[in-house]
Amino acid sequence: MFLVAAVALLIAMALALIRLFIGPSLYDRVLAVNVFGTKTVLLIGVVGFLTGRPDWLDISLLYALINFIGTLAILKFFRYRRLGDRPPSEQRP
Amino acid sequence: MIGTAADIASWLFIVSGSAGIVISALGLLRLPDFYTRLHAGGVTDTFGAELLIIGLAIQSGVSLITAKLLIIGLFLFFTGPTATHATANAAWVAGLKPRLAERPDERPDGDNP
Repeated sequence: MFLVAAVALLIAMALALIRLFIGPSLYDRVLAVNVFGTKTVLLIGVVGFLTGRPDWLDISLLYALINFIGTLAILKFFRYRRLGDRPPSEQRP
Repeated sequence: MIGTAADIASWLFIVSGSAGIVISALGLLRLPDFYTRLHAGGVTDTFGAELLIIGLAIQSGVSLITAKLLIIGLFLFFTGPTATHATANAAWVAGLKPRLAERPDERPDGDNP
């Protein structure tokens, strides 16, 4: 039954990759990357169960954290064009 | 007996979660507009992922693995809608308009919020 879930996740990841390449706007691509990351989290956990090594869930949890922060960082960068540092007009020489 | 019932329950959860994930990916590929695609993509984060994780948790019994699975499920349950909302808000602020039906008699110019 884990094999069914793994195959379904791989099919869904392929469809998300197609959307990532043909997505007309930037936000379609951000959405596709976010969905792809969530599916990667699930795929790591399912493959861990499939091979009898559920300790891979630690990697899965770490990937979930990185995926969330990465999505917010991409969105913040494309809205403000910087990531928390000062704008060039306020920087001291 | 209990083992068989747990197997059947976890099979049901895993198969419905996988079906939800594939349907969400199909919607992500086929729907016509960014906001409708966002609606389809958000299904993965809550419906599919939570059902799959509940199925895996039933399969693993009561152990540390179950605790880790529940932590991952709780985290995905809160961060998925947050990331979806952030994406929608960024697209709206950047000026991406949803594709509406052509009804000019009901939508005069300047009425668009």
